[in-house]
Parts: sequence; structure tokens; C-alpha cells
Amino acid sequence: MIKRLTLGAPAIARTAQPGQFVHVRVGESYHPLLRRPLSIAEVDREVGNITVIYRVVGKGTALLASLPPGEFVDCMGPLGNGFDMNTERPLLVGGGMGLAPLLFLAKALCPKPVTALMGGRTKEELWWRNVFLGTCRSIHVTTDDGSMGRRGFTIDLLPELLENCKYDRIYACGPLRMMEGVARLARDKGIPCQISFEDHMACGVGACLSCTCAGTDGKRRKVCSDGPVFWAEEVLEL
Amino acid sequence: MTLAVEIAGIKMKTPVMTASGTFGSGPEYADFVDLNKIGAIVVKGTTLTPRDGNKGRRIAETPAGMLNCIGLENPGVDEFVSRILPGLAAYDVPIIVNIAGATTDEFAELARRLSVPGVAGLELNISCPNVKEGGIAFGTDCMSAAAVVTAVRKNTVLPVITKLSPNVTDIVSIARAAEDAGSDAVSLINTLLGMSIDIHRWRPELGNVVGGLSGPAIKPVALRMVWQVARAVKCPVIGLGGIMTAEDAIEFLLAGASAVAVGTANFVNPRASVEIAEGIQDYLVERGLKSVRDIVGRVNDSI
Repeated sequence: MIKRLTLGAPAIARTAQPGQFVHVRVGESYHPLLRRPLSIAEVDREVGNITVIYRVVGKGTALLASLPPGEFVDCMGPLGNGFDMNTERPLLVGGGMGLAPLLFLAKALCPKPVTALMGGRTKEELWWRNVFLGTCRSIHVTTDDGSMGRRGFTIDLLPELLENCKYDRIYACGPLRMMEGVARLARDKGIPCQISFEDHMACGVGACLSCTCAGTDGKRRKVCSDGPVFWAEEVLEL
Repeated sequence: MTLAVEIAGIKMKTPVMTASGTFGSGPEYADFVDLNKIGAIVVKGTTLTPRDGNKGRRIAETPAGMLNCIGLENPGVDEFVSRILPGLAAYDVPIIVNIAGATTDEFAELARRLSVPGVAGLELNISCPNVKEGGIAFGTDCMSAAAVVTAVRKNTVLPVITKLSPNVTDIVSIARAAEDAGSDAVSLINTLLGMSIDIHRWRPELGNVVGGLSGPAIKPVALRMVWQVARAVKCPVIGLGGIMTAEDAIEFLLAGASAVAVGTANFVNPRASVEIAEGIQDYLVERGLKSVRDIVGRVNDSI
């Protein structure tokens, strides 16, 4: 079950950048205890709202989904570092819930000509297409079962897109294997590529080290505070 | 009325410290809480050489708690002294460095290298359940615990706090051994060894299979151990384990802790250590008490 939650959070809405996240406490009790890191999917700076889109996977997200409208939620943010926006012809590649931060990115880049490539297992998972409509110059779709768009994975269709168009940035968010594949193709074409990681986190601010990953330079990176957005070659062995 | 306490010669504005491993080096939380209002910051476990920590998933949530198996990821003592410590000088808060050696010689060397301006004290991590070398082995045996304290004592004039493991049959004997060997204070408890399993994948949730349990779930165990140890040693006791609120902290003080440390609560509420200190102050004022000392060890446990 996918849920969309809009929070009145003027201070966060004012400064949030695409790729950043909020750390949300889902209840007052000690079970579940920890906050949930959720990508910021939409921002309305004038009204002071932020929107997160999340999948209900466990007790925490189920509790969040059960809150009635108007409820107060304890929310820290914006946290982490966002995408580099220095682009004229961006290509966004996303899979699953990885499309949430890319939605914010697509809207922030508009009216630049944004191309989106999105993948899912089935047509039902590609409801994202309707959400992205209006913010992208073109949208390409793949499904594992061929029920919508091209049959296969995003990285099966990506070479074709790279052949025909000149993108100057690729942004990817989704399963690790997908991001690795996208980053390899981007490297081969000489296009700078940013990826966004997600991981289990406790603190969200770089203190607990539960979400660190190895950098290609031998130094460790914290997904929460050094990322979640990284240049692909910084954290992926390609 | 004062919240100030002095633990093993370390002067603190409040009796509420942050627990090692839960507060980074401090500046990570500077955007959220005034670090100058914290009693003392106990820095993440530091080793002689840099460590990458454990592979795989490092945290899992459990009812009223969490498991972790970070595996002492840290940049190593030299990087800490040269790069991190100078930045901490900007804050008016005692910095206590938690150190973890694989051998007693490593503990001694760490103590030598950290005996520099800016470090207010050392906390000996003889109880980390998540590393293979050293780690918990030192904290589960009186002789080993004493050997580590002795080695450190010979190599520093800084106050030495020994952090005890709850994963033992008799924590009192380990506390006594540490005190007899020259430890200026003891802190307890470190995490309890635990495990959780993903029933859909039939796999342990943690990459390390087992990890350290922290959070409110362990508070009754920690409180019992603090009470037991505080009655058995003369040196100050720092109590920690699942403290989320001022009421929790006051329980530890009544049980005999001269100061407390807040750990997992920081992840839930970055301002926890300051808010807990304010709550203790309110409690003392309400009762017309002048000092934190007025409640330390004052639980009436006579039958």
C-alpha cells in the first residue's frame, strides 16, 4: 500500500532541496521507537507544506498511515544533501519508491526539459507516471511483465535513450542493481551521474553510523549526512 | 539550587551526559541542541587504527528498543586528535573519549595518545559486544578488566571511567576489580546481547547475527545493576541504559548513580539530554532540594 502524506512544515518547506529527507516519529510510544527517514517528494514553499510518499511495510509506516488528518507529527528536517541541480538536459531514472525524491527533483528542474525513465514490476506499480505528468518533457516506462511500456528493466531501455538524446546529467534512485547499471551506462557515455541511497537509520544526522557505506577512495560515507545523494563514482565500483 | 556535579574530577554543568556511540563526536547534533548545556559528551568508541565496522545491516528495531552491531566504526585515534578534537574546543563541555583496544597494550597506547588538552577523561570500553578482538572479553573477567585499568592508569593522569558490560553473571565483582585497579568511576550498563530474526526470510535481521540491545527495554536491568554496583563501590557510578525521560534519570540517581548518560533517546529526540536535565532541575526545585547530590542513592530499599 502506497501512502501520500502532506505535512504543514513551513520551516522545512522553505529550505528543502530535492534529494533531502525528513526523519519522522510515527507515534508517542516506545514501539516502534525510532524515527522513519522519508524522502521529500513534493514541496509547496508558499503554503509551507511538504509531501512524502511512502510504502507501508511495517509497524512504523502502518502507524503513520493510520493517523487521522490534522494530527501532529514530530518531524526533523530537512536532512542530508540533495541533488546537484546544475543541468540543462536532465534524465531521471527511478524504480519503486526511488521515484519519490525524483518527483521533487523533476518539479524543481521544471521548466527545463526533464526526461523521466521509470520502471516497475507491473502496470499497477507505474501509477507514478500520472504523478510525473506535466513536469516532464517526456516519460518512458518499463515493466517487468510488459503490462505497460517496454518489457524489461529501465537499464534495458536506457541505452536507446542515451543513443538518441544528449543528456548532461543523469539522476538515479531505486534498487542498488538498477543504480549500478545506470551509473555504468552513464560512465560509458561520459555523463555525470548522481544516485540516491536509502538505508536503515537510527539518528539521521551522522552520529550512530548505522547507515555508512564504503567510498571508492577508501573513506567511509554516511548515507544520512554525507548523502543520501552521491556522485556515482564516489560510492559505486563501476 | 545547582545541577552541577563533579565526577572523578570532571566538572559538569548537569548530571546528564551523552552515551558513547549515540552522539558521534558531538557536532553532529549541534544544529538541534546547545552542546554547551550538556553535562559531558562521551565520544564514539575510538580505536588505535581506523575501523570500517561490521558489514550488512547494522540496526534492527525491537519492542521499546533497538539492536545494533555497528562494530566500532571510527577514524582511529590519530585522526580524532588531529581533526576532530580541535573542533570540539569551540564548545564549553567536557569531552570524554571512549576507547576500545584489542589488547591491554592498545588500551595503554590509546590512553597515552589521548592525554592531550581538550580531553577531560577516558571511558574504557571493555564491554563492546560487537567486535571479535578484545571487546567484551575484557569486561567479563575480573582479572582482564583490572589489567586494562592498570595499563591505562600507568599511562595517563586523566580521569578514568570503566564502562561495564551487563552480559556477566556478577557485575559487582567486575566493578570492584576496576575500582581496585585504579578506575576513578564506573559507567554501566553497555548494551545487552540480543538477536532478532526476519521470519519472512528466515534470516537474522542483523548482518552480525547478534547485536547490542539498547533503549527503554533494558532500563529495569540497568537500574538493578546500578543499584547493586553503587552499594558495592566507593567510586562514582554513572548510570545509563534506556533513559528516555527525566523520571528515568531520577530513578538512576536514586539508585545510586552520581550522573547519568543518555544514549538511544538521542536518536528519538536530539534534545533529550538537555530536556532531561531540565526535568531533573524541576524535580529538585519542587522538593526544595539544593543539589543533585541530595537524591543520589536515596532510594529507601530497607525491608
